[in-house]
Amino acid sequence: MSTIEAAAENAHDAHGHDHDHPSFLAHHFDTPEQQFDSGKLGIWLFLVTEILFFSGMFCAYAIFRMLRPDVFEGCSQFLNTKLGAINTGVLLFSSLTMAWAVRCSQTRQNKGLVAMLASTLSCAMIFLGVKAIEYSHKWEMGLLPAGLFTFDQNNPHPETDTHYLFYICLPFMFLLAGVVLWLIISLVRGNEFHVKCAKPLTVVAICFFVGIGLGMILESGDSSHSEEEGLEEEVMMAEAVELGNESVLQKISRDDTNSGAKSELIARARQSDTAGTSIVQEGQIISGAIVSVEEDVMTKRQAGVFFSIYYCMTGVHAIHILFGIGFLVWLLVRAVREDFNPQYFGPVDYVGLYWHLVDLIWIYLFPLLYLIR
Amino acid sequence: MSAGSIPSGNQIKDPGYPTSSENYLTNSKGALSWLLTLDHKRIGVMYLIGVMTAFFGAGLLALLIRLHLFRPEGAVFSGPEANNWYNQVFTLHGAIMVFLFIIPSIPAALGNFLVPVMLGAKDVAFPRLNLSSFYLWVAGALFFIAALLASRLDTGWTFYTPYSTTTDTSVILATSGAFILGFSSIFTGLNFIVTINTMRPPGMTWFRMPLFLWATYATSIIQVLATPVLGITLLLLIAEKVMHIGIFDPEFNGDPVTFQHFFWFYSHPAVYIMILPAFGVISDLISVHSHKRIFGYRFIAYSSIAIALLGFLVWGHHMFTSGMGPLTTIIFSALTFTVSVPSAIKVFNWLATMYKGSISLTTPMCFAISFIFLFTIGGLTGLHLGTLATDMHLHDTYFVVAHFHYVMVGGTLVAFLGALFHWWPKMFGKMYNETGGRISALVIFLGFNLTFLPQFVLGSRGMPRRYATYDPEFQTLHQVSTYGTLLLGVGLLISLVVLLRSLYKGERAPANPWGGATLEWQCTSPPPFYNFDRPPLVGDPYDFSDIFWDSENERYVTIEPDRKIAPVEQPEPVHAEGNH
Repeated sequence: MSTIEAAAENAHDAHGHDHDHPSFLAHHFDTPEQQFDSGKLGIWLFLVTEILFFSGMFCAYAIFRMLRPDVFEGCSQFLNTKLGAINTGVLLFSSLTMAWAVRCSQTRQNKGLVAMLASTLSCAMIFLGVKAIEYSHKWEMGLLPAGLFTFDQNNPHPETDTHYLFYICLPFMFLLAGVVLWLIISLVRGNEFHVKCAKPLTVVAICFFVGIGLGMILESGDSSHSEEEGLEEEVMMAEAVELGNESVLQKISRDDTNSGAKSELIARARQSDTAGTSIVQEGQIISGAIVSVEEDVMTKRQAGVFFSIYYCMTGVHAIHILFGIGFLVWLLVRAVREDFNPQYFGPVDYVGLYWHLVDLIWIYLFPLLYLIR
Repeated sequence: MSAGSIPSGNQIKDPGYPTSSENYLTNSKGALSWLLTLDHKRIGVMYLIGVMTAFFGAGLLALLIRLHLFRPEGAVFSGPEANNWYNQVFTLHGAIMVFLFIIPSIPAALGNFLVPVMLGAKDVAFPRLNLSSFYLWVAGALFFIAALLASRLDTGWTFYTPYSTTTDTSVILATSGAFILGFSSIFTGLNFIVTINTMRPPGMTWFRMPLFLWATYATSIIQVLATPVLGITLLLLIAEKVMHIGIFDPEFNGDPVTFQHFFWFYSHPAVYIMILPAFGVISDLISVHSHKRIFGYRFIAYSSIAIALLGFLVWGHHMFTSGMGPLTTIIFSALTFTVSVPSAIKVFNWLATMYKGSISLTTPMCFAISFIFLFTIGGLTGLHLGTLATDMHLHDTYFVVAHFHYVMVGGTLVAFLGALFHWWPKMFGKMYNETGGRISALVIFLGFNLTFLPQFVLGSRGMPRRYATYDPEFQTLHQVSTYGTLLLGVGLLISLVVLLRSLYKGERAPANPWGGATLEWQCTSPPPFYNFDRPPLVGDPYDFSDIFWDSENERYVTIEPDRKIAPVEQPEPVHAEGNH
């Protein structure tokens, strides 16, 4: 009851400056409907620009996948489907809570709105946490963009002194510490508004580490599992390598004296490597040439490009998640302030649309990158 | 109906002059009231100052280029680094002119001022976004200045790979600048689309909008749809330089031509971002100063949209020599020719508007007429470049340079100046010296042609672009071109002096100095803070039948017949309810 009164008061508070504009209606709009429609059109246009922004990377993906389908399939093995699937689920759930939040703002359920925004934020944090596990794991293996790519299939887990996961977590630790400090200070001072803001945000900040934990459990589950079936990714790669080496070696050993065939094999391998397609000629050597290309997939010039595209796409997506988190925090504070009412819920709606788009892009990224083997 | 005096038996409608508390220039004081303003008119003025500064800087660079080319071995830069200096100068000239001046010139500076006033709205839909896009522009400009100081940027404004990914010049700074400017452009376009869609007052239907608004709308569509692709392209380029992602860099299996495709997917539509607003300006200028209804209103309006959409399908014509399939080049060539159709529709409609009009050769009209002349040359020479066979010969020669300068300088810059002279009284409430304005228009016209006509000849004789030195046989033409540049510079300075002088010595401008019928002439000069107290009465934007010259006060006024107040009748409520 009190919330409704407060909101109503808010709405008619600052009549002041001109006409009988409610405080939430900007001076240059005539009606709340006009303001809402403008914002809605604006956010849809913005989403169009976002799609076009990502379209450049989808184009790059399409071009390179068309040129080297084998590289994409081979490298996709290194992406952990379980983690990707969990993240997809988390984001889908966050879209649900976001849509619910919009509904709450329309029906003046302020507590529900705060709870739903906080859940959305928590899901975003869990997503980032899981992503941090994925990224740091790959960085340790040297699965990096082409220029920095150092992966060595004979030694997939090199000893490194850099604790990537720690560095990723560091800013979030500061964030958590900051929010907790804020909560404590506002509790001590008894500032109710700040407490109301800081409480959900503390939960949100903790959720990043929930995500980290979740990612770790899934990863370790994976490797214990692999004791029986073999560590999925590594074994598969090792198999491909062995297969490649073996058949090439077999053929050469069968024909040891023929050094001409040997050098031709190497030449062919190089050629098909740079041409991006295998050259088809005379039965026996074909298989040698193709296999040796597969062998060479895990190089800077092959897998490196796949991981470049992977990092660009997921990285820009993660940046969008970060921006979304910023907007959602802003909404949360405004929700605690009870700014929204059935006549004015535009910002929640717009951020909701943005959030759904970010979710949608992930839904495309997941199968395109993780599920192509 | 400019001639003669005001017919009797009519009432004069004129808003008069604003008081200093109404006037948007003076209603609040202090630097912060400008820097933090949300008023679209003040933001427009700040943009105007910004783009003019950028234009001045890049213009000086252009002068350096031309002076250097005065002698075959180069006249300005000397020493072992001479050619590098030359490369840097033309790169910065191109990048600053394109990203900091031409793209924001008419849409951001004049568009911000005019769109809401012409529409009859109080402001753009998102004033805060509007201010932030101005500051994004400033940030982008700072990045360019940083690139200038960090120096060594010599990729050309197109940042072509693989050179841009391998050179260690300040490519990252410049591309970050262009990336930020892209967002400024996107937000401006987004703002205008929403404003025009949702903020039209009652009576302002789509086909009662001045053609400048149609052109702005078409421009905004391109800004919103094309610029994000440039954004991601530049971002990938930066990533390529930092992490070597191997998308554009052949060393890591990338494809440099992919960059060209991505880049021109934005930058060709961007050419229409530059020229479409100019079309809109010229449509209004020609009609107002010919005092005649615009000919073929709907055709001009639709052709703007057609150009905006077709502009997305022709990017390949920048790359005929970069290695595309023969079929692809033929398709791109054919699509390129289709763009000439809507452009020609506009030119013919302008000519038809002037035909039998009562033309006042005011400064804006002088600029508008020279626009038609110069743009036609620029457009027609474009056909030579869109033709596959001739393009093989002309690609990357001075012919291309001359062609796009005829469109961008002869087109956009001349239209921008015409618009500036046309709306100057509205923006600042002062009349400039008409003779001075006309002289500047003439000198600019002559200087421009002297600069760039010889370049067509140079190009067709095989003078390649972007060379710091050249064969002595080209010297005469190069020297003519350089003299032309000096003349053009003088003309631009005269314009500047005329405009600045008007601020101090100019007479107070009436609300409607030219006899325009669009809404901006219905509010005072300069407009009050809120533009219109109540939604204005919207009529036909090109109906001049009730606008008359008031020779006594040297202004145009709108007249309306004297009205007698009809006796008040009491409605009969019962019947009214029943009939409906």
